[in-house]
Amino acid sequence: MGLKLENVTYTYETGTAMQVTALEGVSAEIPDDRFIGLIGHTGSGKSTLVQMLNGLLKPSSGHIYYNGEDIHGEGFDKKKLRSKVGLVFQYPEHQLFEETVLADVMFGPRNLGLTEEECRKRAVEALRHVGMEERFFEQSPFDLSGGQKRRAAIAGVLAMRPEILILDEPTAGLDPRGRDEILGLITDMKRQLHMTILLVSHSMDDVARYADRIMVMRRGKLVYNDVPLEIFKHSAELEEMGLSAPQITYIMEYLQARGLQVRADLLTVEEAAAEILKHRGELHV
Amino acid sequence: MFKDITLGQYYQTDSLLHRLDPRIKLTGTLVFIISLFIANSFTGYLIAAVFLITMIRLSNVPFSYIIRGMRAILFILFITMAFNLFLTPGEVLVKFGIFKITREGVYFAARMAIRLIFLIIGSSLMTLTTTPTQLTDAMEALMNPLRRFHVPVHEIAMMMSIALRFIPILMEETDKIMKAQMARGADFESRNLIKKVRSLIPILVPLFVSAFRRANDLAMAMEARCYRGGEGRTKMKPLVYRKRDRIAQLILLLFFAATIGIRAAGHWFPVI
Repeated sequence: MGLKLENVTYTYETGTAMQVTALEGVSAEIPDDRFIGLIGHTGSGKSTLVQMLNGLLKPSSGHIYYNGEDIHGEGFDKKKLRSKVGLVFQYPEHQLFEETVLADVMFGPRNLGLTEEECRKRAVEALRHVGMEERFFEQSPFDLSGGQKRRAAIAGVLAMRPEILILDEPTAGLDPRGRDEILGLITDMKRQLHMTILLVSHSMDDVARYADRIMVMRRGKLVYNDVPLEIFKHSAELEEMGLSAPQITYIMEYLQARGLQVRADLLTVEEAAAEILKHRGELHV
Repeated sequence: MFKDITLGQYYQTDSLLHRLDPRIKLTGTLVFIISLFIANSFTGYLIAAVFLITMIRLSNVPFSYIIRGMRAILFILFITMAFNLFLTPGEVLVKFGIFKITREGVYFAARMAIRLIFLIIGSSLMTLTTTPTQLTDAMEALMNPLRRFHVPVHEIAMMMSIALRFIPILMEETDKIMKAQMARGADFESRNLIKKVRSLIPILVPLFVSAFRRANDLAMAMEARCYRGGEGRTKMKPLVYRKRDRIAQLILLLFFAATIGIRAAGHWFPVI
Protein backbone atom coordinates (compact mmCIF):
# COMPACT_ATOMS: atom_id res chain seq x y z
CA MET A 1 0.00 0.00 0.00
CA GLY A 2 2.64 2.50 1.08
CA LEU A 3 2.36 6.26 1.39
CA LYS A 4 0.14 8.57 -0.57
CA LEU A 5 0.25 12.36 -0.67
CA GLU A 6 -2.78 14.28 -1.77
CA ASN A 7 -2.47 17.92 -2.73
CA VAL A 8 -0.07 18.69 0.14
CA THR A 9 0.81 22.34 0.76
CA TYR A 10 2.99 23.77 3.51
CA THR A 11 3.90 27.35 4.40
CA TYR A 12 6.46 28.52 6.95
CA GLU A 13 5.91 31.66 9.05
CA THR A 14 2.35 32.15 7.90
CA GLY A 15 1.15 35.72 8.12
CA THR A 16 4.49 37.52 8.27
CA ALA A 17 6.77 39.17 5.74
CA MET A 18 8.96 36.06 5.87
CA GLN A 19 6.16 33.75 4.68
CA VAL A 20 7.56 30.99 2.50
CA THR A 21 5.60 28.38 0.62
CA ALA A 22 7.76 25.29 0.97
CA LEU A 23 5.36 22.88 -0.70
CA GLU A 24 2.60 23.58 -3.15
CA GLY A 25 -0.03 21.06 -4.18
CA VAL A 26 2.21 17.98 -4.09
CA SER A 27 0.46 14.71 -4.95
CA ALA A 28 2.39 11.47 -5.24
CA GLU A 29 2.32 7.83 -4.36
CA ILE A 30 5.14 5.83 -2.80
CA PRO A 31 4.30 2.15 -3.34
CA ASP A 32 5.92 -0.76 -1.47
CA ASP A 33 9.30 -2.25 -2.29
CA ARG A 34 10.62 0.53 -4.52
CA PHE A 35 13.78 2.57 -4.72
CA ILE A 36 12.77 6.15 -5.26
CA GLY A 37 15.07 9.10 -5.76
CA LEU A 38 13.91 12.55 -4.66
CA ILE A 39 15.88 15.26 -6.37
CA GLY A 40 15.83 19.02 -6.20
CA HIS A 41 18.00 22.06 -5.82
CA THR A 42 18.67 23.51 -2.33
CA GLY A 43 15.46 25.05 -1.05
CA SER A 44 13.18 23.14 -3.41
CA GLY A 45 11.22 21.62 -0.53
CA LYS A 46 12.77 18.14 -0.39
CA SER A 47 13.51 18.20 3.33
CA THR A 48 10.09 19.64 4.13
CA LEU A 49 8.45 16.90 2.08
CA VAL A 50 10.23 14.05 3.87
CA GLN A 51 9.32 15.48 7.28
CA MET A 52 5.69 15.36 6.16
CA LEU A 53 5.94 11.66 5.45
CA ASN A 54 6.45 10.56 9.06
CA GLY A 55 4.21 13.20 10.57
CA LEU A 56 6.89 15.53 11.98
CA LEU A 57 5.34 18.40 10.06
CA LYS A 58 1.63 18.79 9.47
CA PRO A 59 0.52 20.00 6.05
CA SER A 60 -1.11 23.44 5.94
CA SER A 61 -3.60 21.80 3.61
CA GLY A 62 -3.93 18.43 1.91
CA HIS A 63 -3.72 14.89 3.25
CA ILE A 64 -1.16 12.14 3.70
CA TYR A 65 -2.27 8.51 3.83
CA TYR A 66 -0.30 5.57 5.16
CA ASN A 67 -1.80 2.25 4.09
CA GLY A 68 -5.00 4.13 3.32
CA GLU A 69 -5.27 5.88 6.71
CA ASP A 70 -5.00 9.65 7.10
CA ILE A 71 -1.93 10.14 9.34
CA HIS A 72 -3.38 13.31 10.88
CA GLY A 73 -6.78 11.69 11.33
CA GLU A 74 -8.22 11.15 14.81
CA GLY A 75 -6.79 8.24 16.77
CA PHE A 76 -3.92 7.60 14.37
CA ASP A 77 -0.82 6.37 16.22
CA LYS A 78 2.01 8.69 15.14
CA LYS A 79 4.61 6.80 17.14
CA LYS A 80 3.81 3.63 15.23
CA LEU A 81 3.97 5.55 11.98
CA ARG A 82 7.46 6.79 12.87
CA SER A 83 8.62 3.25 13.46
CA LYS A 84 7.21 2.16 10.10
CA VAL A 85 8.45 5.18 8.17
CA GLY A 86 12.06 5.56 9.26
CA LEU A 87 13.65 8.94 8.61
CA VAL A 88 17.41 9.42 8.57
CA PHE A 89 18.14 13.14 8.70
CA GLN A 90 21.00 14.96 7.04
CA TYR A 91 24.20 14.51 9.05
CA PRO A 92 22.50 11.87 11.23
CA GLU A 93 25.70 11.43 13.28
CA HIS A 94 24.77 14.70 15.05
CA GLN A 95 21.99 12.87 16.87
CA LEU A 96 24.25 10.32 18.63
CA PHE A 97 24.18 10.68 22.41
CA GLU A 98 24.60 7.38 24.26
CA GLU A 99 27.71 6.02 25.93
CA THR A 100 28.11 3.08 23.58
CA VAL A 101 27.24 2.48 19.96
CA LEU A 102 24.99 -0.43 20.88
CA ALA A 103 23.06 1.58 23.48
CA ASP A 104 22.53 4.38 20.97
CA VAL A 105 21.12 2.03 18.35
CA MET A 106 18.86 0.53 21.04
CA PHE A 107 17.27 3.95 21.70
CA GLY A 108 14.70 3.53 18.90
CA PRO A 109 13.54 0.00 19.81
CA ARG A 110 13.38 1.01 23.49
CA ASN A 111 11.01 3.82 22.62
CA LEU A 112 8.79 1.22 20.99
CA GLY A 113 8.45 -0.44 24.39
CA LEU A 114 10.13 -3.71 23.45
CA THR A 115 11.87 -6.00 25.93
CA GLU A 116 15.55 -5.37 26.63
CA GLU A 117 16.43 -8.64 24.93
CA GLU A 118 14.46 -7.82 21.80
CA CYS A 119 15.98 -4.31 21.67
CA ARG A 120 19.47 -5.77 21.82
CA LYS A 121 18.67 -8.32 19.14
CA ARG A 122 17.34 -5.66 16.78
CA ALA A 123 20.26 -3.32 17.46
CA VAL A 124 22.86 -6.02 16.74
CA GLU A 125 21.00 -6.98 13.57
CA ALA A 126 20.81 -3.35 12.40
CA LEU A 127 24.51 -2.79 13.10
CA ARG A 128 25.35 -5.89 11.05
CA HIS A 129 23.24 -4.56 8.19
CA VAL A 130 25.25 -1.35 8.08
CA GLY A 131 28.48 -3.34 8.16
CA MET A 132 29.59 -2.33 11.64
CA GLU A 133 32.13 -4.68 13.17
CA GLU A 134 31.41 -6.16 16.58
CA ARG A 135 34.47 -4.61 18.19
CA PHE A 136 32.84 -1.15 17.84
CA PHE A 137 29.63 -2.12 19.66
CA GLU A 138 30.86 -1.22 23.13
CA GLN A 139 32.83 1.86 22.06
CA SER A 140 31.69 5.43 22.51
CA PRO A 141 30.02 6.65 19.31
CA PHE A 142 32.03 9.86 19.63
CA ASP A 143 35.28 7.94 19.12
CA LEU A 144 34.25 6.59 15.71
CA SER A 145 35.37 8.01 12.38
CA GLY A 146 32.96 10.17 10.36
CA GLY A 147 31.80 7.38 8.07
CA GLN A 148 31.35 4.94 10.95
CA LYS A 149 29.38 7.47 12.96
CA ARG A 150 27.02 7.84 10.05
CA ARG A 151 26.57 4.08 9.78
CA ALA A 152 25.81 3.85 13.49
CA ALA A 153 23.23 6.61 13.13
CA ILE A 154 21.58 4.90 10.16
CA ALA A 155 21.49 1.68 12.19
CA GLY A 156 19.68 3.65 14.89
CA VAL A 157 16.75 4.15 12.53
CA LEU A 158 17.04 0.72 10.93
CA ALA A 159 16.72 -0.97 14.33
CA MET A 160 13.08 0.11 14.44
CA ARG A 161 12.52 -2.13 11.41
CA PRO A 162 10.83 0.42 9.18
CA GLU A 163 8.93 -0.58 6.05
CA ILE A 164 9.90 2.64 4.37
CA LEU A 165 13.36 4.11 4.89
CA ILE A 166 13.86 7.76 3.99
CA LEU A 167 17.42 9.05 3.80
CA ASP A 168 17.98 12.80 3.49
CA GLU A 169 21.29 13.35 1.67
CA PRO A 170 23.01 10.38 3.33
CA THR A 171 26.23 11.02 1.44
CA ALA A 172 26.62 14.73 2.31
CA GLY A 173 30.12 15.56 3.47
CA LEU A 174 31.60 12.15 2.67
CA ASP A 175 34.52 11.49 0.34
CA PRO A 176 33.86 9.53 -2.90
CA ARG A 177 34.74 6.23 -1.27
CA GLY A 178 32.53 6.84 1.75
CA ARG A 179 29.75 7.85 -0.62
CA ASP A 180 29.98 4.64 -2.64
CA GLU A 181 30.06 2.61 0.56
CA ILE A 182 26.93 4.20 1.97
CA LEU A 183 25.05 3.92 -1.33
CA GLY A 184 26.15 0.31 -1.73
CA LEU A 185 24.94 -0.36 1.79
CA ILE A 186 21.54 1.10 1.03
CA THR A 187 21.05 -1.05 -2.07
CA ASP A 188 22.12 -4.15 -0.14
CA MET A 189 19.61 -3.37 2.59
CA LYS A 190 16.92 -2.84 0.01
CA ARG A 191 17.63 -6.23 -1.54
CA GLN A 192 17.77 -8.11 1.73
CA LEU A 193 14.99 -6.42 3.66
CA HIS A 194 12.60 -5.57 0.80
CA MET A 195 11.77 -2.15 2.10
CA THR A 196 10.96 0.96 0.18
CA ILE A 197 13.85 3.38 -0.01
CA LEU A 198 13.38 7.08 -0.58
CA LEU A 199 16.75 8.66 -1.26
CA VAL A 200 16.93 12.44 -1.15
CA SER A 201 19.81 13.94 -3.06
CA HIS A 202 20.81 16.77 -5.33
CA SER A 203 23.19 14.60 -7.29
CA MET A 204 21.70 12.86 -10.32
CA ASP A 205 24.72 10.59 -10.54
CA ASP A 206 23.99 9.16 -7.09
CA VAL A 207 20.36 8.55 -7.84
CA ALA A 208 20.53 7.44 -11.48
CA ARG A 209 22.41 4.28 -10.68
CA TYR A 210 20.04 2.95 -8.02
CA ALA A 211 16.56 4.44 -8.28
CA ASP A 212 13.77 2.83 -10.24
CA ARG A 213 11.74 6.00 -10.05
CA ILE A 214 12.78 9.64 -9.71
CA MET A 215 10.78 12.55 -8.34
CA VAL A 216 12.06 16.02 -9.21
CA MET A 217 11.10 19.02 -7.12
CA ARG A 218 11.33 22.66 -7.97
CA ARG A 219 10.29 25.59 -5.76
CA GLY A 220 7.93 23.44 -3.71
CA LYS A 221 6.31 21.73 -6.65
CA LEU A 222 6.71 18.20 -7.91
CA VAL A 223 7.63 18.72 -11.56
CA TYR A 224 8.56 15.20 -12.67
CA ASN A 225 7.72 11.77 -11.30
CA ASP A 226 8.89 9.11 -13.70
CA VAL A 227 11.40 6.36 -14.46
CA PRO A 228 15.00 7.65 -14.75
CA LEU A 229 15.33 7.29 -18.52
CA GLU A 230 12.26 9.45 -19.10
CA ILE A 231 13.53 12.05 -16.64
CA PHE A 232 16.90 12.43 -18.33
CA LYS A 233 15.25 13.21 -21.66
CA HIS A 234 14.55 16.60 -20.09
CA SER A 235 18.21 17.42 -19.55
CA ALA A 236 17.75 21.03 -20.74
CA GLU A 237 14.88 21.64 -18.30
CA LEU A 238 16.83 19.97 -15.50
CA GLU A 239 19.72 22.28 -16.07
CA GLU A 240 17.47 25.28 -15.89
CA MET A 241 16.49 24.07 -12.39
CA GLY A 242 20.13 23.96 -11.32
CA LEU A 243 20.19 20.18 -11.70
CA SER A 244 21.76 18.03 -14.34
CA ALA A 245 21.44 14.66 -16.01
CA PRO A 246 24.16 12.14 -15.06
CA GLN A 247 27.54 13.08 -16.47
CA ILE A 248 27.50 10.05 -18.71
CA THR A 249 24.37 11.32 -20.49
CA TYR A 250 26.28 14.42 -21.54
CA ILE A 251 29.20 12.41 -22.89
CA MET A 252 26.91 10.21 -24.95
CA GLU A 253 24.93 13.19 -26.25
CA TYR A 254 28.20 14.84 -27.23
CA LEU A 255 29.36 11.73 -29.06
CA GLN A 256 26.02 11.61 -30.89
CA ALA A 257 26.41 15.23 -31.92
CA ARG A 258 29.84 14.42 -33.29
CA GLY A 259 28.35 11.68 -35.48
CA LEU A 260 28.81 8.51 -33.48
CA GLN A 261 25.61 6.43 -33.57
CA VAL A 262 25.54 5.53 -29.84
CA ARG A 263 22.50 5.43 -27.58
CA ALA A 264 22.25 8.26 -25.07
CA ASP A 265 19.64 6.67 -22.80
CA LEU A 266 22.14 4.96 -20.51
CA LEU A 267 22.57 5.41 -16.79
CA THR A 268 25.92 4.07 -15.69
CA VAL A 269 29.51 4.36 -16.76
CA GLU A 270 29.68 0.58 -17.28
CA GLU A 271 26.74 0.58 -19.72
CA ALA A 272 28.20 3.52 -21.57
CA ALA A 273 31.61 1.86 -21.90
CA ALA A 274 30.01 -1.25 -23.39
CA GLU A 275 27.97 0.87 -25.81
CA ILE A 276 31.01 2.82 -27.01
CA LEU A 277 32.98 -0.37 -27.50
CA LYS A 278 30.17 -1.72 -29.73
CA HIS A 279 30.73 1.24 -32.03
CA ARG A 280 34.48 0.94 -32.03
CA GLY A 281 34.52 0.39 -35.80
CA GLU A 282 32.94 3.79 -36.48
CA LEU A 283 35.61 5.72 -34.61
CA HIS A 284 37.88 7.89 -36.73
CA VAL A 285 40.57 9.13 -34.42
CA MET B 1 8.71 24.51 17.52
CA PHE B 2 10.45 27.75 18.44
CA LYS B 3 8.98 29.62 15.50
CA ASP B 4 6.36 31.22 17.76
CA ILE B 5 8.86 33.17 19.84
CA THR B 6 9.03 36.61 18.28
CA LEU B 7 10.26 38.43 21.39
CA GLY B 8 13.75 39.82 20.83
CA GLN B 9 13.97 38.83 17.18
CA TYR B 10 14.80 40.97 14.18
CA TYR B 11 12.03 41.70 11.68
CA GLN B 12 13.40 42.09 8.17
CA THR B 13 11.86 45.03 6.34
CA ASP B 14 12.70 48.58 5.34
CA SER B 15 11.51 51.57 7.38
CA LEU B 16 12.67 54.83 8.84
CA LEU B 17 13.14 53.13 12.19
CA HIS B 18 15.23 50.36 10.60
CA ARG B 19 17.51 52.91 8.95
CA LEU B 20 18.01 55.00 12.09
CA ASP B 21 21.43 54.87 13.74
CA PRO B 22 21.44 52.05 16.30
CA ARG B 23 23.00 54.36 18.91
CA ILE B 24 19.99 56.66 18.93
CA LYS B 25 17.67 53.63 18.99
CA LEU B 26 19.46 52.19 22.00
CA THR B 27 19.49 55.47 23.94
CA GLY B 28 15.93 56.10 22.79
CA THR B 29 14.79 52.81 24.27
CA LEU B 30 16.54 53.60 27.55
CA VAL B 31 14.97 57.08 27.66
CA PHE B 32 11.56 55.57 26.94
CA ILE B 33 11.91 53.03 29.75
CA ILE B 34 13.06 55.69 32.22
CA SER B 35 10.19 57.97 31.23
CA LEU B 36 7.73 55.14 31.91
CA PHE B 37 8.87 55.21 35.52
CA ILE B 38 8.86 58.99 35.73
CA ALA B 39 5.30 59.24 34.45
CA ASN B 40 2.78 58.67 37.23
CA SER B 41 -0.40 60.16 35.78
CA PHE B 42 -2.60 58.90 33.02
CA THR B 43 -1.75 61.98 30.96
CA GLY B 44 1.87 60.89 31.17
CA TYR B 45 0.98 57.39 29.98
CA LEU B 46 -1.12 58.87 27.20
CA ILE B 47 1.94 60.72 25.88
CA ALA B 48 4.01 57.54 26.11
CA ALA B 49 1.24 55.68 24.24
CA VAL B 50 1.15 58.26 21.47
CA PHE B 51 4.95 58.12 21.21
CA LEU B 52 4.95 54.32 21.11
CA ILE B 53 2.14 54.04 18.53
CA THR B 54 3.90 56.56 16.30
CA MET B 55 7.10 54.50 16.53
CA ILE B 56 5.23 51.28 15.70
CA ARG B 57 3.68 52.96 12.65
CA LEU B 58 7.12 54.19 11.57
CA SER B 59 8.66 50.73 11.97
CA ASN B 60 6.56 48.96 9.30
CA VAL B 61 6.35 45.94 11.61
CA PRO B 62 2.78 44.57 11.65
CA PHE B 63 1.07 45.25 14.98
CA SER B 64 -0.16 41.66 15.14
CA TYR B 65 3.44 40.43 14.95
CA ILE B 66 4.45 42.57 17.94
CA ILE B 67 1.42 41.40 19.92
CA ARG B 68 2.32 37.78 19.20
CA GLY B 69 5.60 38.31 21.04
CA MET B 70 3.64 39.51 24.08
CA ARG B 71 2.06 36.10 24.57
CA ALA B 72 5.29 34.83 26.10
CA ILE B 73 5.05 37.26 29.02
CA LEU B 74 1.27 37.16 29.52
CA PHE B 75 1.69 34.85 32.50
CA ILE B 76 4.09 37.19 34.33
CA LEU B 77 1.77 40.07 33.57
CA PHE B 78 -1.23 38.33 35.14
CA ILE B 79 0.68 37.37 38.26
CA THR B 80 1.91 40.93 38.81
CA MET B 81 -1.56 42.29 38.24
CA ALA B 82 -3.11 39.78 40.64
CA PHE B 83 -0.64 40.63 43.40
CA ASN B 84 -1.26 44.35 43.03
CA LEU B 85 -4.99 43.90 42.77
CA PHE B 86 -5.48 41.77 45.89
CA LEU B 87 -2.65 42.78 48.20
CA THR B 88 -2.79 46.58 48.15
CA PRO B 89 -4.33 47.96 51.35
CA GLY B 90 -6.79 50.83 51.10
CA GLU B 91 -10.43 51.65 50.49
CA VAL B 92 -12.26 48.34 49.93
CA LEU B 93 -14.36 48.09 46.77
CA VAL B 94 -15.31 44.39 46.64
CA LYS B 95 -14.76 41.66 49.20
CA PHE B 96 -15.18 37.92 48.90
CA GLY B 97 -13.77 35.61 51.56
CA ILE B 98 -10.23 36.58 52.43
CA PHE B 99 -9.79 38.41 49.11
CA LYS B 100 -10.56 42.06 48.83
CA ILE B 101 -10.10 44.49 45.99
CA THR B 102 -9.28 48.05 46.92
CA ARG B 103 -9.47 51.26 44.93
CA GLU B 104 -5.72 51.67 45.29
CA GLY B 105 -5.23 48.06 44.18
CA VAL B 106 -7.09 48.64 40.93
CA TYR B 107 -5.09 51.79 40.37
CA PHE B 108 -1.74 50.09 41.02
CA ALA B 109 -2.58 47.02 38.95
CA ALA B 110 -3.60 49.14 35.97
CA ARG B 111 -0.46 51.24 36.28
CA MET B 112 1.77 48.19 36.55
CA ALA B 113 0.13 46.56 33.54
CA ILE B 114 0.55 49.69 31.42
CA ARG B 115 4.19 50.04 32.42
CA LEU B 116 5.02 46.40 31.73
CA ILE B 117 3.25 46.25 28.39
CA PHE B 118 4.80 49.53 27.20
CA LEU B 119 8.21 48.48 28.44
CA ILE B 120 8.14 45.20 26.57
CA ILE B 121 6.67 46.59 23.36
CA GLY B 122 9.17 49.46 23.49
CA SER B 123 12.22 47.28 23.94
CA SER B 124 11.08 44.61 21.48
CA LEU B 125 10.53 47.38 18.94
CA MET B 126 14.24 48.09 19.19
CA THR B 127 15.28 44.48 18.62
CA LEU B 128 12.69 44.13 15.84
CA THR B 129 14.23 47.01 13.91
CA THR B 130 17.92 46.57 14.77
CA THR B 131 20.12 43.66 13.72
CA PRO B 132 22.19 42.08 16.50
CA THR B 133 25.36 43.32 14.77
CA GLN B 134 24.14 46.91 14.77
CA LEU B 135 23.06 46.58 18.36
CA THR B 136 26.46 45.44 19.58
CA ASP B 137 28.15 48.09 17.45
CA ALA B 138 26.01 50.69 19.19
CA MET B 139 26.81 49.20 22.58
CA GLU B 140 30.50 49.25 21.85
CA ALA B 141 30.30 52.89 20.75
CA LEU B 142 28.27 53.97 23.76
CA MET B 143 30.51 52.12 26.22
CA ASN B 144 33.65 53.54 24.66
CA PRO B 145 34.29 56.10 27.45
CA LEU B 146 34.64 53.16 29.88
CA ARG B 147 37.80 52.11 28.09
CA ARG B 148 39.61 54.74 30.10
CA PHE B 149 38.87 52.67 33.20
CA HIS B 150 40.35 49.55 31.55
CA VAL B 151 36.98 47.98 30.84
CA PRO B 152 37.48 45.52 27.91
CA VAL B 153 34.73 47.19 25.85
CA HIS B 154 35.53 45.54 22.54
CA GLU B 155 35.73 42.08 24.06
CA ILE B 156 32.41 42.50 25.83
CA ALA B 157 30.78 43.66 22.58
CA MET B 158 32.32 40.78 20.64
CA MET B 159 31.11 38.22 23.17
CA MET B 160 27.65 39.75 23.04
CA SER B 161 27.48 39.63 19.27
CA ILE B 162 28.67 36.02 19.16
CA ALA B 163 26.15 35.04 21.83
CA LEU B 164 23.35 36.79 19.96
CA ARG B 165 24.44 35.25 16.68
CA PHE B 166 24.34 31.77 18.17
CA ILE B 167 20.82 31.99 19.58
CA PRO B 168 19.02 31.28 16.28
CA ILE B 169 21.64 28.70 15.28
CA LEU B 170 21.25 26.74 18.49
CA MET B 171 17.49 27.05 18.34
CA GLU B 172 17.48 25.59 14.86
CA GLU B 173 19.87 22.88 15.98
CA THR B 174 17.64 21.97 18.93
CA ASP B 175 14.68 21.77 16.60
CA LYS B 176 16.60 19.47 14.26
CA ILE B 177 17.86 17.20 17.04
CA MET B 178 14.40 16.98 18.57
CA LYS B 179 12.96 15.96 15.24
CA ALA B 180 15.70 13.40 14.67
CA GLN B 181 15.02 11.82 18.08
CA MET B 182 11.28 11.95 17.50
CA ALA B 183 11.89 10.04 14.28
CA ARG B 184 13.45 7.40 16.53
CA GLY B 185 10.28 7.28 18.60
CA ALA B 186 11.29 9.70 21.40
CA ASP B 187 8.36 11.16 23.30
CA PHE B 188 8.68 14.74 24.54
CA GLU B 189 5.06 15.14 25.55
CA SER B 190 5.09 12.91 28.61
CA ARG B 191 3.58 14.51 31.72
CA ASN B 192 5.65 12.44 34.11
CA LEU B 193 8.37 14.75 35.48
CA ILE B 194 11.12 12.12 35.73
CA LYS B 195 10.39 10.90 32.22
CA LYS B 196 10.40 14.48 31.03
CA VAL B 197 13.83 15.20 32.49
CA ARG B 198 15.15 11.94 31.10
CA SER B 199 13.83 12.71 27.64
CA LEU B 200 16.05 15.80 27.63
CA ILE B 201 19.28 13.78 27.61
CA PRO B 202 19.00 12.74 23.95
CA ILE B 203 18.63 16.45 23.09
CA LEU B 204 21.15 18.02 25.45
CA VAL B 205 24.10 15.72 24.75
CA PRO B 206 24.07 16.25 20.95
CA LEU B 207 23.35 19.96 21.50
CA PHE B 208 26.41 20.41 23.71
CA VAL B 209 28.57 18.41 21.33
CA SER B 210 27.47 20.61 18.45
CA ALA B 211 27.88 23.84 20.44
CA PHE B 212 31.48 22.92 21.23
CA ARG B 213 32.12 21.92 17.63
CA ARG B 214 30.73 25.22 16.39
CA ALA B 215 32.69 27.25 18.95
CA ASN B 216 35.84 25.46 17.87
CA ASP B 217 35.16 26.11 14.18
CA LEU B 218 34.41 29.76 14.84
CA ALA B 219 37.58 30.29 16.85
CA MET B 220 39.56 28.67 14.05
CA ALA B 221 37.89 30.84 11.39
CA MET B 222 38.54 33.99 13.42
CA GLU B 223 42.17 33.11 13.88
CA ALA B 224 42.52 32.29 10.18
CA ARG B 225 41.41 35.86 9.50
CA CYS B 226 44.00 37.20 11.93
CA TYR B 227 41.54 38.33 14.59
CA ARG B 228 43.40 39.43 17.70
CA GLY B 229 41.08 41.78 19.55
CA GLY B 230 39.84 45.29 18.89
CA GLU B 231 43.22 47.05 18.70
CA GLY B 232 43.40 48.90 15.36
CA ARG B 233 40.40 47.05 13.94
CA THR B 234 38.31 48.99 11.42
CA LYS B 235 34.69 48.44 10.52
CA MET B 236 33.10 47.55 7.19
CA LYS B 237 30.02 49.59 8.04
CA PRO B 238 31.07 52.39 10.40
CA LEU B 239 28.24 54.11 12.25
CA VAL B 240 27.44 57.52 10.77
CA TYR B 241 25.24 60.06 12.50
CA ARG B 242 22.94 61.63 9.88
CA LYS B 243 20.39 64.41 9.82
CA ARG B 244 17.52 62.02 10.52
CA ASP B 245 19.35 60.80 13.62
CA ARG B 246 19.64 64.38 14.88
CA ILE B 247 15.93 64.90 14.27
CA ALA B 248 15.19 61.68 16.16
CA GLN B 249 17.36 62.95 19.00
CA LEU B 250 15.38 66.19 19.12
CA ILE B 251 12.03 64.35 19.18
CA LEU B 252 13.34 62.13 21.93
CA LEU B 253 14.39 65.16 24.00
CA LEU B 254 10.98 66.77 23.53
CA PHE B 255 9.24 63.57 24.60
CA PHE B 256 11.42 63.30 27.68
CA ALA B 257 10.89 66.95 28.57
CA ALA B 258 7.11 66.53 28.19
CA THR B 259 7.11 63.51 30.51
CA ILE B 260 9.06 65.38 33.18
CA GLY B 261 6.92 68.46 32.66
CA ILE B 262 3.71 66.55 33.22
CA ARG B 263 5.05 64.89 36.32
CA ALA B 264 6.09 68.29 37.70
CA ALA B 265 2.75 69.81 36.75
CA GLY B 266 0.96 66.94 38.48
CA HIS B 267 2.97 67.73 41.56
CA TRP B 268 1.94 71.37 41.69
CA PHE B 269 -1.56 71.14 40.20
CA PRO B 270 -2.85 67.70 41.27
CA VAL B 271 -6.00 67.98 39.12
CA ILE B 272 -4.24 67.05 35.88
